[in-house]
Amino acid sequence: MTAVAEPGRADLREPAGWRRTKNRIMTVLMYAAFVLTIVPLVFVLYTVIAKGASIISWQFLTAEIPFNVAPANVGGMGPAILGTIEITALASVMAVPLGVLGAIYLNEYGGKNRNLLARFLGFLADVMTGVPSIIMGLFIFSIWVLYFQFSGFAGALALGCLMLPIVIRSTEEMLKLVPDSLREGSYALGATKSRVTLTVVLPAALGGIVSGVLLAIARAAGETAPLLFTILTVTAANPNVFSGPNTSLPSQIFVNASSPYSGAQARGWGAALTLIAIAFVLMITARLVTARFDRFSR
Amino acid sequence: MEQLPPETATAKTELPAPAALREKKPQESSAAPGNKIFDVENVSIFYGAFKAVTDVTMPIYENEITAFIGSSGSGKSTVLRAFNRMNDLVAGARLEGDMAYRGESLYGRDVSATAVRRRIGMVFQKPNPFPKSIYDNVAYGPRINGERNKHTLDEIVETSLRKAALWDEVKNRLNTSGLSLSGGQAQRLCIARTIAVEPDVVLMDEPASALDPIATHAVEDLMLELKEQYTIVVVTHNMQQATRVSDRTAVFYVLTDEKSDTRTGVLVEYGTTEQIFQDPQDPRTQGYVTGRVG
Repeated sequence: MTAVAEPGRADLREPAGWRRTKNRIMTVLMYAAFVLTIVPLVFVLYTVIAKGASIISWQFLTAEIPFNVAPANVGGMGPAILGTIEITALASVMAVPLGVLGAIYLNEYGGKNRNLLARFLGFLADVMTGVPSIIMGLFIFSIWVLYFQFSGFAGALALGCLMLPIVIRSTEEMLKLVPDSLREGSYALGATKSRVTLTVVLPAALGGIVSGVLLAIARAAGETAPLLFTILTVTAANPNVFSGPNTSLPSQIFVNASSPYSGAQARGWGAALTLIAIAFVLMITARLVTARFDRFSR
Repeated sequence: MEQLPPETATAKTELPAPAALREKKPQESSAAPGNKIFDVENVSIFYGAFKAVTDVTMPIYENEITAFIGSSGSGKSTVLRAFNRMNDLVAGARLEGDMAYRGESLYGRDVSATAVRRRIGMVFQKPNPFPKSIYDNVAYGPRINGERNKHTLDEIVETSLRKAALWDEVKNRLNTSGLSLSGGQAQRLCIARTIAVEPDVVLMDEPASALDPIATHAVEDLMLELKEQYTIVVVTHNMQQATRVSDRTAVFYVLTDEKSDTRTGVLVEYGTTEQIFQDPQDPRTQGYVTGRVG
């Protein structure tokens, strides 16, 4: 950097002095903030991979959960993986259609200025987002488990309650992004409201809706608290999601990590890595789906 | 809407030179008006408490191009959107007075806005193709009306795109996104989409204001072409455009009430385009049209 501009050439740099200094300070601060954000993320990933990668094998993914005194090379997390898939899938089947339909009501049918019902529902969805996940578990425990015993279904109910507001809010945001000019174009051709919604609004927002839904699923798959009071967290595999206690990856992580045996702890790390991998796959799928559906919007 | 009159399909394939159309126009416009298609009587339109347009009375004639001109906020678009009840979509919009279409009140009790819009189509200021393929964009309206036959749909798509003078440019890529087209092409796609349902009237809200001069010409030629079959009402800010394409012109004006600080649109003059531009009766019309360049 030359201190003096050559004669005849414009000096387009930031004027010297406080402003230039301020610019540098802020740039440094931004980089520092970026590094600070990255550190915990990288650290978590590194720790989980370092401690969990060695135990991952086909046997680990499929074998029964052994007694917690068993060494690391015995058994695996098969029942927990099965349980997580069953419970999360059932929760999604309940929460996703309801959430998407709810968002369609809020954004398309609630009216531009939001009728009373739409405002009330929107408010409830916001409140529900803020409810701690363990409360969801307690809630299902008191209205369901006390009467119908522990089951994967009870866990799915709790996870569904947790997913519902997330699905509603993310879908609603996507519907809001659909420009009104598209709706008008469809109305101008004589389409009814339901047809406008089904054939123009939903397809235009589908990529975003699907990726929002997948992120909600990933979030639910990683929840421990709602399952504590609802599935009982046993070690045996239970393919019947509707009756009998079940198990899941996050609750196995919880149980194994607090166990004093090194084999159990190793299995806990393996379960953690498996869970992260599942979430990662869902997020990648979300990205791919968004890109796939964006084909016509570019 | 299944079959077009046989002569249209052939007539659209060879577009007459634009110049020929332009020369033909003036003597047509001075001719006696045809049938009334719309009868607007004492119409005022409100958005909530705001009175956007006050007391508009005018007939619209069949197979003519009627242009609405006037400054911003004078209510041209509001009146235009009332013809196919698009204002229904705006919360708090309300209409007083009566607006009749072929003798039937558009705002009557049993009138379905959807049925109205199937006969009275609309092209918007900003091209708004659906994020679907070009084919699906054009086939959208016929499909709404229950047309499922692939062969018939193919025919409608081709005829509509030909009428909109877009066929040759897109015939080899009907399956690409409607959003991949340039602004002018997208607007012609929207016109094709509108005429694919064989409407009776096409409303156009500044259809060329987002387009470059060449695309504007294409759209104007298209309008002249289309008026043989349809009635067109067009809002425009471009007075040369009004003189080039329209048979009749309505001039709107903003009335400002200093005391209550409210503004409302009024219709100040309505007549043949020739009369409005060459012999304006109202001083406000005179002021507005003499701002014209050339």
